[in-house]
Amino acid sequence: MALVDDRRHEMTFFQKVRNTNWFLIILVCLTAGFGLAMLYSVAGGKMDPWASRQSMRFAVGMSLMLFVAFVDIRIWLRLAYPLYAVGLVLLLIVELMGEVGMGAQRWLDLGFFNLQPSEVMKIALVLALARYFHGLTGEDVQRFRWLIVPILMVIAPAGLVLVEPDLGTAVLLIMGAGALFFAAGVLWWKFALVFVAVLGSIPFAWDRLHLYQRERILTLFNPERDPLGAGYQIMQSKIALGSGGLWGKGFLLGTQSHLNFLPEKHSDFIFTTLGEEFGLVGGLILLGLYTTIMIYGFAVAFHARSQFGRLLAVGITSTFFLYIFINIAMVMGLIPVVGVPLPLISWGGSAMVSILIGFGLLLSVYIHRDIPIPRRPGLDPT
Amino acid sequence: MKRDGDRQRTFSRRALILGGAQAFLITGLAARMYYLQIVESEQYKLLADENRINMRLLSPPRGRVLDRRGVELANNQQNYRVVLVAEQTEDVAKTLDALAQIIPIDSYERAKVLREVNRRRSFVPVTVAENLTWEEFARVNVFAPDLAGIQPDIGESRAYPFGETLAHVIGYVGAVSEKDLTGDPLLELPGFRVGKSGVERTREDLLRGKAGVSRVEVNAYGRVIRELNRREGQPGGEVRLSLDAELQSHTMALLAEESAAAVVMDVHSGDILALASTPAFDPQGFNIGLTQQAWADLTSDPRNPLLNKAIAGQYPPGSTFKMIVAMAALDAGVVSPEQKVFCSGHVELGNQRFHCWKRTGHGNVSLVDAIEQSCDVYFYDIAKRVGIDRIAETARQFGLGTATGIEIPAEAQGLIPTRAWKLARIGESWQQGETLVAGIGQGFVLTTPIQLAVMAARIANGGFAVTPRLILDEEDDPGVPAAEPERLAVGREGLELVAEGMRRVSNAPTGTAFGARITDREMALAGKTGTSQVRRISRAERDIRVLRNEELPWEERDHALFVAFAPIDAPRYALSVVVEHGGSGSRAAAPLARDIMTKVQEIERALRKPVAGGNPVQNRESG
Repeated sequence: MALVDDRRHEMTFFQKVRNTNWFLIILVCLTAGFGLAMLYSVAGGKMDPWASRQSMRFAVGMSLMLFVAFVDIRIWLRLAYPLYAVGLVLLLIVELMGEVGMGAQRWLDLGFFNLQPSEVMKIALVLALARYFHGLTGEDVQRFRWLIVPILMVIAPAGLVLVEPDLGTAVLLIMGAGALFFAAGVLWWKFALVFVAVLGSIPFAWDRLHLYQRERILTLFNPERDPLGAGYQIMQSKIALGSGGLWGKGFLLGTQSHLNFLPEKHSDFIFTTLGEEFGLVGGLILLGLYTTIMIYGFAVAFHARSQFGRLLAVGITSTFFLYIFINIAMVMGLIPVVGVPLPLISWGGSAMVSILIGFGLLLSVYIHRDIPIPRRPGLDPT
Repeated sequence: MKRDGDRQRTFSRRALILGGAQAFLITGLAARMYYLQIVESEQYKLLADENRINMRLLSPPRGRVLDRRGVELANNQQNYRVVLVAEQTEDVAKTLDALAQIIPIDSYERAKVLREVNRRRSFVPVTVAENLTWEEFARVNVFAPDLAGIQPDIGESRAYPFGETLAHVIGYVGAVSEKDLTGDPLLELPGFRVGKSGVERTREDLLRGKAGVSRVEVNAYGRVIRELNRREGQPGGEVRLSLDAELQSHTMALLAEESAAAVVMDVHSGDILALASTPAFDPQGFNIGLTQQAWADLTSDPRNPLLNKAIAGQYPPGSTFKMIVAMAALDAGVVSPEQKVFCSGHVELGNQRFHCWKRTGHGNVSLVDAIEQSCDVYFYDIAKRVGIDRIAETARQFGLGTATGIEIPAEAQGLIPTRAWKLARIGESWQQGETLVAGIGQGFVLTTPIQLAVMAARIANGGFAVTPRLILDEEDDPGVPAAEPERLAVGREGLELVAEGMRRVSNAPTGTAFGARITDREMALAGKTGTSQVRRISRAERDIRVLRNEELPWEERDHALFVAFAPIDAPRYALSVVVEHGGSGSRAAAPLARDIMTKVQEIERALRKPVAGGNPVQNRESG
């Protein structure tokens, strides 16, 4: 069983191309195109300053995606832990010497572009956890001692991100990891335990939150509480969405965004502009695109013959879902304002590239879906 | 492989649950979207429009006020000012320093501007200096291109070219107060002014005009992006007064030294040609805002500059009331025109003694003599005979004791006492002695200068109930009555006799105002002096010597009055003059009346004279 003839599973470039899920790539391009149109609109009908640079990043991201997709899934398995280690080190570096931006230390200036280590970690953590659970038997997963290591693997980066402070990414990491734990088969009652523990620690956590984070949570429950400060964003965002109605005000005709009533209209709050200009119809079309991509993600997971591939696909799809849900729920006033961009739409290079690399891995799982991978990596002859 | 199959089954089950949960949450998002964008959409559309659309009121120019000849009495002057737009300059302080080289800006102003700049958004213009002279304004215009952020600007503010001369008639405008608010949105504009007194107040609705509206789209910072549409307002309407600015200026100048009032009125149309009250005040002060000191000075002045004495000053009419008493007595038949009364200098009633102003007495006097020489004893006698109630009735016929209805606020009613009035008001029955006192216009009797002018006009026009008219409506012509006035219920004989008496007051050598007559026969006036006492002369003082006015403190001196009409043959103008504490009517009021009456007729003459060519009047004069 362990001695599988790997040569049988080497694929030629042509086979890979034929195996590629081109429909998923088209969906990603469509969504990103929607995003570029919105960036064009919020700039007042101009390519600068956002749409032109974002399209270049998208081109770079697409190349990276295809490159990642064509790399053998077993190489990703082998690189999972090293990449995780690199991500963790980068997070430590940014914590120690990162530049201060947006009131938080999130960037590493690499000269040609600013790297956000938390974005690297979003991919690396999923890879590492998939790699770890790939190596466990069904019984192992149900034993608590086998869960200590993966829990620490989550807590370490999440803690580092939280002290940056970047609540949004921390939540994304923890919940994305949770989805992976769940798919791997961790027992129900353990999730219930964690849930109770989290509830119990809320009063303690409240004390540790930054003032602006508390403000955002309080404002969520009562936006009128501070109509000029934190509540202003939510209020204006709801006005923009609501005034869009069924069909929207038309492309480039959103008054809320063009008259600057919307803050962060090009980044985290871009969905409001979309809702204002294209209405409920536009919003549902975008949700439809996202949902279709997610269905493909799950389909990839079901098709994969290796546990690593399955978990990787579910982990990436779930992280993608969390981005969407947190962002849209936030701009519609359902959850507090946390800094999470709308995937493939919001302005921002690191997030765009990390999401496309994620899709690259998803494609890689699909392209190499028929390659079985032994549970014990040590027995892997390569 | 079996174990891996287990793992796969677990995975498939879990993945389906996970996918289902995610689908559920996505559906939740869609539901929320539906709620915001369909269910509550209308409300948010409204909020979005409220966000972006601002209504800007366009304030209409205030209507002008003109005199009967079209001279501007109130208009809008360009207010030259300088505004600063902070976003157009890099350093506000430096810009202000540079500007201070061109026009004076004191440190207080400077601090105020800097404070204002910090408070407002950077594109909002802040006023740096106002009411600049043309010269200063021109200097700023020359240098403005070099001063980033500085903009010369022309606003409008109310101006009164005649200043104090018309303060009591035109009134003034001031900042809107709580009680002025009527729902007109214009009133809520910052800096808007409304009429606070005079014609500015009574014709506020006409003068104000209607607001225009400009709907503008603004961004989140309040900057105007574009105008969506605009509805022009309606400028304020013009108000034309019956007043003659030249006569008013002349009258105010004549009265300037006194605390006095004078009214000139057309006896046929009721046109008020002059309505003077001194001292006056600068109406512009109320527009700009008075300092506390200026306000204290105005209110504490014993000569009461804020009171329009011509309509709100109430004075005992003194001897000017005698025409009323005479006509009442004649109409009642208690005296005949020829019947004489002996004046010994005083009369006795019970144990009271009533004095004539002439201690030695006038001897035998008829009605006309009594008016000419203002014999008090004669009027004591006929007043006693006719009784207070009939006197009051005649007084009312001539407009005394009731508001004349002149079109400016705060008119006083005066007071004409009757038996019923005294019983109701004071609770005591009327004493005959009080009738005697009222017979010479003293005691309870109070009149306003405008009422006295109306009285003189009704005597002069032969008994027609003319009423004062200050504002000429569109269909009115100056000098032409709007409607034929009603005839008063008084005998013609009485009217003619008192008119004759008044003629002799100013034209017979024994008349009380002979010294202040008009010598030009064509302009000669008929009048009546009045001197009303404001203090009680005690018997002890009378026994030694009645103090002369000059020996008394100002506020205890007599009021000097004069009523008149002219010219005597075909009366056209009626006049009243009251000089508060001025002393005797013949010495203090009559000369003023003569000057005013001369002036009004000179103006008329000049107007009648054509610019060129032959004119019978001119020929007669030159010949």
